[in-house]
Amino acid sequence: MIELFKQPNLDWMGKAKYFYALSGILLLAGWTSILFGRGIKYGIDFSGGANVDVRFANPPNLDKLRSGLSAQGIGNSEIQPIRDIGSSSNSEVLIFVESKGQDENVARAKVLDALNATYGVGSSGKPDFNFATPSSLAAVLTEKDPLFLSVNAGDRYRQLAKAILDYRDTNANGIVTNFDDLGKVPGVTPAVLSVIKSSFSQGPFAIRKTEVVGPKVGAELRKQAVLVTLYALGGMLVYIAFRFEWVYGAAAVLAVFHDVLITLGFFSLLRFEISLTVIAALLTLVGYSMNDTIVIFDRIRENNRLLRREPFDVVVNKSINQTLSRTILTSGLTFLTVLVLFLMGGQVLRAFSFALVVGIIVGTYSSFGIAAPIVVAWNRWRGHGVVAGSGPAAGNKNRGSENVTARLAPAGRR
Amino acid sequence: MKPHLKWKALFILVVIVLCIYFLFGYPTFPTSFAQVKDNFKNQIKLGLDLQGGSHLVLQVQVREAIAQETDTTVDRITTMLRSKNVHYDEVRRIDDLHILVKNIDPAQYSTLSDLISAQYNNVWDVSPAAGEPNSYTLTLRPSAIAAIQEQTMTQARETIEQRINALGLTEPTVVPRGGRDANEILVQLPGVGDTAEAKAVIQAGGQLELRLVRDPATYPSVAAYMAQHTVLPAGAELLPACPDNRVRTSDTGDVWYVLDRAPIVTGRDLRTAVENRNARNPGSWQVDFTLSPEAARRFGPFTQQNIGNSMAIVLDHCVKSAPVINGRIDDSGMIEGSFSQQSAHDLALVLRAGALPASIKYLEERTVGPSLGADSIRHGVQASVLSLLVVMIFMLIYYRMSGGNAVLALILNLIILLAVMALFGAVLTLPGIAGVILTIGMGVDSNVLVFERIREEIRNGKSSAAAVDAGFDNAFRTIIDTHVTTVVSAAFLGFFGTGPIRGFAITLVVGLVANIFTAVYVSKTIFQYHLTKMDRQAELSI
Repeated sequence: MIELFKQPNLDWMGKAKYFYALSGILLLAGWTSILFGRGIKYGIDFSGGANVDVRFANPPNLDKLRSGLSAQGIGNSEIQPIRDIGSSSNSEVLIFVESKGQDENVARAKVLDALNATYGVGSSGKPDFNFATPSSLAAVLTEKDPLFLSVNAGDRYRQLAKAILDYRDTNANGIVTNFDDLGKVPGVTPAVLSVIKSSFSQGPFAIRKTEVVGPKVGAELRKQAVLVTLYALGGMLVYIAFRFEWVYGAAAVLAVFHDVLITLGFFSLLRFEISLTVIAALLTLVGYSMNDTIVIFDRIRENNRLLRREPFDVVVNKSINQTLSRTILTSGLTFLTVLVLFLMGGQVLRAFSFALVVGIIVGTYSSFGIAAPIVVAWNRWRGHGVVAGSGPAAGNKNRGSENVTARLAPAGRR
Repeated sequence: MKPHLKWKALFILVVIVLCIYFLFGYPTFPTSFAQVKDNFKNQIKLGLDLQGGSHLVLQVQVREAIAQETDTTVDRITTMLRSKNVHYDEVRRIDDLHILVKNIDPAQYSTLSDLISAQYNNVWDVSPAAGEPNSYTLTLRPSAIAAIQEQTMTQARETIEQRINALGLTEPTVVPRGGRDANEILVQLPGVGDTAEAKAVIQAGGQLELRLVRDPATYPSVAAYMAQHTVLPAGAELLPACPDNRVRTSDTGDVWYVLDRAPIVTGRDLRTAVENRNARNPGSWQVDFTLSPEAARRFGPFTQQNIGNSMAIVLDHCVKSAPVINGRIDDSGMIEGSFSQQSAHDLALVLRAGALPASIKYLEERTVGPSLGADSIRHGVQASVLSLLVVMIFMLIYYRMSGGNAVLALILNLIILLAVMALFGAVLTLPGIAGVILTIGMGVDSNVLVFERIREEIRNGKSSAAAVDAGFDNAFRTIIDTHVTTVVSAAFLGFFGTGPIRGFAITLVVGLVANIFTAVYVSKTIFQYHLTKMDRQAELSI
């Protein structure tokens, strides 16, 4: 069998101070950037405003776009090029107008006006093919009737229009730069093509997405995201305290809190945007890091009964070593999964998967670097660190407040 | 094979077959690959972020409906006090929730209190007004406020739903959103990339009233009226002509009518409304309406009494037209104006659906174009498939035969996850795909936990069969703890989160439950089956 580690025997708890130092440095770096640097960049979900995602047929001249926006009085909007890793084209931009007292719907209309004025189709008067909807295209085809259909013409043309626009949206990325490409769609005859050519113009851009979020909604969502995270942490704290002992719950929650803080620091340092989806990712990482911590705690609980004569930190070291290959394997594979997502998931998932890429490393590390040392430190402080029979069961018995042994035993025997 | 193993195997098989049938063979049993694809597309509904469409969040200004109720009450109390010859200084609205009845004749106070207790028993509370002799404050009760709020929200949602449905879009949804006091409605329009039409229809007022014209003359402004009459008669109101009212030409400018405050008929009394060509002017359109039988019983006698007077057709607080009543009208009427076919059609639609009880404000609007949706699907599916492949290949190399077990468990996990989501009509969104990927990660983790544990037990000298048993038993405790913890946090996300967070949570919870089934129950059954087949001393391929 292939094995990563044959009986590893590392003194993890002896290195606790290095772990604390490492975490301290990471936290300090990230939070200096958040508090004194440029700070956390909130996406439209939390800041409110208007977003317009535009794809151009050719890479746009950003200065020209900027001056077009200025002409509409929204020159201070943010223009963000969107690049796909793996494709060199940078013809997509995200225009973001912050809502500073102005109506977001008006802001969006202004962006669209600016785009039309700057890159407009000109005075041909024909509708832009890139903005055609299945019903508008079907109406044109039915009227011109290039296939000379008399029966069911409407239905046939509706299907044809849908097929043509599906081609535009999936194969041509939403922008058709050459009408002749449409000839590849089954059912498109030269006659159909010439009808399209004569009735539509080719605009140089297509709107991929628009978002308008009122500032009140943004504030509410921000509050909700924080609350939900705290609830989730509280729920986990209670569950772990119930299954183990409260100090384990506290240590686990502190560790994931530490993970979230460090990940947020990286978001600020690397200027990734925090959106609602990123919150979902942060919560995933909370669950994931917790998962890791519990695997180790579970082992500590088990070993603590088996190895009553050993000091507690030796038990913890042994538990981490025993679960080490599982930790590395799972983290490695999950890391690979989210790395694929980060590289291939497209721009919509970029920030989401970035949170997980960082979070999985930090979350794995915090299980043995933060959570376990806290439990050891607590036990040492209570004076049970070196005495035989220490650990959760013994520690609680001394307090005499509740009978944890009774709860632990059945779980252990399973 | 041991009998209990047989039953386990049968159970697993039934679950798998059901899931596969539900995903691919339902609702029509497929005879070709295209039908399999169609079935799958039918069962797995895509969210707006993947298929493209619009997402609108709007807030109903319930406060307006409450203010409206207060106004109506002021009018009614005034009328009733007058009809009973009660002396008082004034009845006026203090704010949305309070009415002041000032300086009422003390001998006649009982008339007021009787009136309130008879008509507004559970709606208004009466108390002496502070600092004003013989004056009383009426306060709207919290229970009445809640009732108005609920009624307004229900009516608003139903109205918007009817209006949106009349647009003939595919599967629009109109649902309340947020807490009770959020007063929010979520409108989702799959496949609609341009919200202009939907917003116009939602936003249209559609508040129709027929009111008696008090004064045959019209006035160019409020000031002009006041200059002539100094005071507006009680129960009357000045309203302007709508911009498309025929009487408004460029040289007459503004036109104001003196109307009864109280309408005889409102939009709620309509039975139908349809657009028709205007008989006198074939190029333009009009909206014909008929009244409900109950309203017709009121309207008939009323028009009979008022032959020769004018009747104003008021739409959204302006006068569309004010024709003279030529004879008794029972149940039909028409609205004229400079309508095109489209605008007449839209007005008829709005009238049929009824008026919005209060105005609305847009809080959020998101539109995803179809090309971005297609992009996201492609990226999401590619990433999922690639990561699944990487994980599977690794598991096969690292754990050999047992790795096959893990691969099977992963595939089953995905099938069950998708089938359960289809069963509950859950929608697959982009964060949902991320939830699927996390499920893959957790699935791998469960397998790794079990396998590592079995290896450990083998190292400790246990036989293959004993090692498998001990491995599953010990790992099960850990798996339960990790899964329950994640489910606990996901449950909070599902209950308190909205939009993408909820989609993610739902996928995750379903995936985790499926994972316990596949990674523990199914995987263990396969191991046990394998153990019964192999030599007791042979080494397990793990």
